[in-house]
Amino acid sequence: MKHQWSRVALTVGALAVSAAASAASPDAAMLSNACAGCHGTHGGSAGPTMPSLAGQSKTAIVEAMKKFKSGERPSTIMGRLAKGYSDADFAAMGQFFSQQKFHPTSQTVDTQKAAKGAALQEKHCGRCHLDDGKDGKEDTPVMASQWLPYLQMQMQMYLDGKRKMPEKMAEKVQPLSKEELDAMLHFYASVNK
Amino acid sequence: MSLGRRNFIKLLGSASGLALAGCASQGSTPAAAPAVAAGSAAEIMPKTGRRVVVVGGGYGGTIAAKYIRMLDPSIEVVLVERNDHFVSCPFSNLYIAGIIKDLSPLTIHYDKLVANHGIKFLQADVTAVDAAAHTIVTSKGRLKYDRLVLSPGVDFRLEEMQGYDAAAMELMPHAWKAGPQSTLLRNQLQAMKDGGTVVITVPLAPYRCPPGPYERTSLIANYLKQHKPKSKVIVLDANPGITSKGPLFTKGWKTHYEGTIDYRAAKKVTEVNAKTNTVLIEGLDEVHGDVVNVIPPQRAAAIAVQAGLVGADKRWCPVNAISFESTLHKDVHVIGDASIAGAMPKSGYSANSEAKVCATNIVALMNGKETVGLSGINTCYSYVTEHEAISVAAVYTVKDGKIVAVPNSGGVSPGDFSAAKAEAMYAHSWLKNILTEMSS
Repeated sequence: MKHQWSRVALTVGALAVSAAASAASPDAAMLSNACAGCHGTHGGSAGPTMPSLAGQSKTAIVEAMKKFKSGERPSTIMGRLAKGYSDADFAAMGQFFSQQKFHPTSQTVDTQKAAKGAALQEKHCGRCHLDDGKDGKEDTPVMASQWLPYLQMQMQMYLDGKRKMPEKMAEKVQPLSKEELDAMLHFYASVNK
Repeated sequence: MSLGRRNFIKLLGSASGLALAGCASQGSTPAAAPAVAAGSAAEIMPKTGRRVVVVGGGYGGTIAAKYIRMLDPSIEVVLVERNDHFVSCPFSNLYIAGIIKDLSPLTIHYDKLVANHGIKFLQADVTAVDAAAHTIVTSKGRLKYDRLVLSPGVDFRLEEMQGYDAAAMELMPHAWKAGPQSTLLRNQLQAMKDGGTVVITVPLAPYRCPPGPYERTSLIANYLKQHKPKSKVIVLDANPGITSKGPLFTKGWKTHYEGTIDYRAAKKVTEVNAKTNTVLIEGLDEVHGDVVNVIPPQRAAAIAVQAGLVGADKRWCPVNAISFESTLHKDVHVIGDASIAGAMPKSGYSANSEAKVCATNIVALMNGKETVGLSGINTCYSYVTEHEAISVAAVYTVKDGKIVAVPNSGGVSPGDFSAAKAEAMYAHSWLKNILTEMSS
């Protein structure tokens, strides 16, 4: 073990000497800060069609990025960018964003729809999207305070069959009308921690 | 030892010479480096601790200042900028073409950024850099630094565009620095009679914002089609073809603007005549426009030239691909359009991304730590109509000391325009996020 460590140290040292412009590999902050031009500083988005990443679980981010990369999850730019990163990079970014403070968005929603959605979501979605969508565990994303236009675009992709719902979600969504689903999105968008 | 009258006048002379050089920095060749620069103005804001001075409050400078402070609040950061606000070039084509009604969605102020991060803001013109003395000269006095970040943008190579002086710019706007020039071009388009001709000249690459001239062409054609359908746009492009997103623009133009856009490749405009509103291709063929938009050839902004930071090409600043430190002057870093950043294009998003890499490694170097490898991104949207946009995106890394795109990643929008409406919406959020990041 000791022997291995000294070899690592030697390699790092040699690299540093050989070329000032190849330094160490990028760390989690370096990888993640590059995303902030579109997703906001530390992943707190100010743009209504771009999701906040701050406070999402590591697994949710890693899973999303892998699906963007493979094309399983449809996208415009994300898939092209995801191809530039390894699974280890995704893990580092996931770790970074999961450690950032929740970022409440300031957006106006339809309060009547939000009230209707509040009642519906508890019965239909609350078993996975825990605590009014504030709790993002494992691969379940934090829904609370997420941008409404982003949520609506994603829901439309689910309904059009462009994005595949997890089996459990498909069962829950199936009996609901488009209006009911939209009401729930208004609710989630309205929840601030 | 009193200062003799003759010496005093000499000093005065050199000071006013400096001021002139400063005024002329908007698009002209700077005067030779004034050797007395650092000595002739009083020092302001005496340095007490470790300090980074950032010059330029645009896409690069604001982010460099902010991230240095976020990463190490014990480093003092002074942001020096000529204006009290910044107008984004990205999206200014929508304003020129009448899709956005004013410049306010493209304008940021510095008050929140400065307050949130404890950045010191100095509104001043920077007239000289004395790298040996770790000092810059501003219109308000001398300022000392430990490390300097220059994010000064571009100026024009007017010596390659005969007749395009300050007066000509007021008649034939470049609108390649957003603000009053954008308004001028917009007003000219709106005043033009139906049946008129708009001429847009495109310089040889590299220049700021590779797809910018073609987005502008698209949106001006869009405006003409809706409001002045008998009019047309002639594009005189010095390049052998469309510089960026070529097949997509070509397809968009064929779909929407057939007969409105007359694109001519390999037509290098070298001279303008503001009296007759004409441009000359290679000094020979004359083309007249009712509205003429001259986008001149470019180089790093005058201050970078004055500071001796441009390389053998006499245009752009060579930098280390990890720290963005100049390869010509120690402790001076250059980011954004002015730098040679390998495969990263001269775009707003590149400047944002470069600023973070630079900030991270300035903090590492000032704390005696190992630098961190570069990971960069560029995303760039161009509108083809008011509701449709196309994009190019890439991820960057460093290989053999050079910034390169990560193989098999990135690329442009699908050729069938199936994503164009969604991308037009994403582009708006892109602007909102990137300007918010710069201003808070």
